[in-house]
Amino acid sequence: MAADPKMLVKVPVREQDPKVRATNFDEVCYGYNAEEAMEESERCLHCKNAKCIQGCPVSINIPEFIAAIKKKDFKEAYNVISESSALPAVCGRVCPQESQCEGQCIRGIKGEPVSIGKLERFTADWAREQGIRPEPAKEKNGHKVAVIGAGPSGLTCAGDLARMGYDVTIFEALHKAGGVLSYGIPEFRLPKSAVVDQEVENVKNLGVKIETNVIIGKSITVDELLTKEGFEAVFIGSGAGLPMFMHIPGENANGVFSANEFLTRNNLMKAYREDYDTPIHCGKKVAVVGGGNVAMDAARTALRLGAEVHIIYRRSEEELPARKEEVHHAKEEGIQFDLLCNPVEIHVDENGWVKGIRCIRMELGEPDASGRRRPVPIEGSEFDMDVDTVIMSLGTSPNPLISSTTIGLDVNKRKCIIANEEDGQTSKTGVFAGGDAVTGAATVILAMGAGKAAAKGIDSFIRSKGN
Amino acid sequence: MYKILYADKLSENIYRMVVDAPMVARHCEPGQFIIAKAYEEGERIPLTICDFDREKGTVTIVFQPIGVSTIEMAKLKTGDAFEDFVGPLGRPSDLIDTPVEELKKKKIIFIAGGVGTAPVYPQVKWLHERGITADVIIGAKTKDLVIMEKEFKEVCNLYITTDDGSYQRKGMVTQCLQDLIEKEGKTYDHCVAIGPMIMMKFVVKMTKSYNIPTVVSMNPIMVDGTGMCGACRLQVGDEIKFACVDGPEFDGFLVDFDQAMKRMTMYKTEEGRALLALKEGKTHHGGCGMCGGDQ
Repeated sequence: MAADPKMLVKVPVREQDPKVRATNFDEVCYGYNAEEAMEESERCLHCKNAKCIQGCPVSINIPEFIAAIKKKDFKEAYNVISESSALPAVCGRVCPQESQCEGQCIRGIKGEPVSIGKLERFTADWAREQGIRPEPAKEKNGHKVAVIGAGPSGLTCAGDLARMGYDVTIFEALHKAGGVLSYGIPEFRLPKSAVVDQEVENVKNLGVKIETNVIIGKSITVDELLTKEGFEAVFIGSGAGLPMFMHIPGENANGVFSANEFLTRNNLMKAYREDYDTPIHCGKKVAVVGGGNVAMDAARTALRLGAEVHIIYRRSEEELPARKEEVHHAKEEGIQFDLLCNPVEIHVDENGWVKGIRCIRMELGEPDASGRRRPVPIEGSEFDMDVDTVIMSLGTSPNPLISSTTIGLDVNKRKCIIANEEDGQTSKTGVFAGGDAVTGAATVILAMGAGKAAAKGIDSFIRSKGN
Repeated sequence: MYKILYADKLSENIYRMVVDAPMVARHCEPGQFIIAKAYEEGERIPLTICDFDREKGTVTIVFQPIGVSTIEMAKLKTGDAFEDFVGPLGRPSDLIDTPVEELKKKKIIFIAGGVGTAPVYPQVKWLHERGITADVIIGAKTKDLVIMEKEFKEVCNLYITTDDGSYQRKGMVTQCLQDLIEKEGKTYDHCVAIGPMIMMKFVVKMTKSYNIPTVVSMNPIMVDGTGMCGACRLQVGDEIKFACVDGPEFDGFLVDFDQAMKRMTMYKTEEGRALLALKEGKTHHGGCGMCGGDQ
């Protein structure tokens, strides 16, 4: 039987025109409507041994929710997803599906995999538009758990515990919940009030309290939460907040920013909007150093603020750590990729402002520990680029605020909290951790997976205490 | 919301507010700071803690309006509230960790300039509570800008100097320090200087020549205040430090003030534009050629 050629490719998703969207902060991808979602759902083979579920860090029952879409029972689809994920509208937008669920899809062997991410997004958006929220636990068990950080791992852990009946309070250092979803990922990829705030509301609706403006380690310590505030367990999901710099000459010049600063000003503080006070400086020609999702976000933000933007990355296109979709979108919008080169110095004018960047060309050598071919500088290949803004997007490391103020909490040499993968247990009794605070900078969905595992770990820890 | 229990003006353009923030009050120490945001669209403003009351759960802040958000903040009255108020941030002053016996052997001079007078107060008060009376120089442009004189008088030996000589001594704080050492027979073995960067730069230049170890409190541009953005980075000796988590106090001899001052100008133009738009409101349609309102 010859396969229907239409079944080999995804139902295309509608997107904002690249030329238009390069000048606004509205969402790039429109997502599927009901007809498109149902058409795409037909492509699912409903494998008995569903590889996609194994590819999902929170193990969503993917064939089941897609089957519900096929039957036009979107509420059922939402219920299936909600059993496993507290943030489906977020994950449908920012998960690297190509290396997870969709990467495992049997359809992908011959043709394109089922567009699982877009179907998840459709389901979550539909539920939101209908005002459907996940149901809170019917019975409370009276046990108090504290969660540190209202980002992906914290929200997931808190949501799962609340559903089990726990009395959960999240402590968030910033003035707004969401963590990287609020300060890091831009509006055009993840709308704040329409998506992030709504998913946070959903978690609150499960009975979770969120206290903003509390910095654990400063405003109050983990030990105080356990001994004075009556929490039986603590989950640390404080993320990897500290930006890395290159330590090259000129890096403290005006006009050099960490991607964290640039994105926080724009996303959390809404500097791109006239009605918000926080300023942002974005010159006419911007170099973004790095090749991850954060670099793409910073580059596409600078572009929307009116700049010509270059991505400077030391390896080749194949090694770019960013999601394929982000690289594709960035290119469509006119971001220029200067691959296989690495900055060695930032040129500074007499007033202390960036006036250029000197780079050296690189070639790929033998594979390194990460399995990627190691970039090696080509001697004498230095060249100058005129830029007036440089955004360093080289990765982040965990903030030591919590680990340095918690007695008996072990960290590794990268300052990451040491925790078991299966249940999040740390070296300190009653203290669990997960997400970037444990792994170093990774993805939203991996942090969520860790939050989920820790929720189970905390539940069995409290049960084992026999009360 | 964080209620303002009391608000007044210390001088024409310096405001004081006592804020209900029990968690901060319980944990803060002299030398630390908070970040306040008055309303949803406002900027996060780092302000050094001027006083605190652990029992009442209050924190006192003092600030001088310079940008849109601080001008709006200054309009808040007793009974109003901050939308956000977070802290304590940064490391406490090193004095706090020094054994009191050791501190008692030291002759300590504090040098305060302008609104920087406020954060000096909790340190001096802390020492006074432990039986140590420090010398304090308060410097201001003119008589009307001298703040907290009464509060300081109760806890230290106070020297006031004004640039124009309109009150007490005449001249910059450095002049006063020089006079104390060279004409009035004072000796010091520890100095803490808090004020405008330019003042701290010149104080350090002088204390270096007298070989008096000097701590300065840096107030660079910040966003989150928890080490996340790196906006507040400073060159301190061979290292890059974040004022928010590594400071705000640093060894004054090691700070690169010239670079820090350049970094302070980063958003000058943007702030100016926002300020013009605020002042002129809807009547502002450009024409100045600066603000982009014409485009």
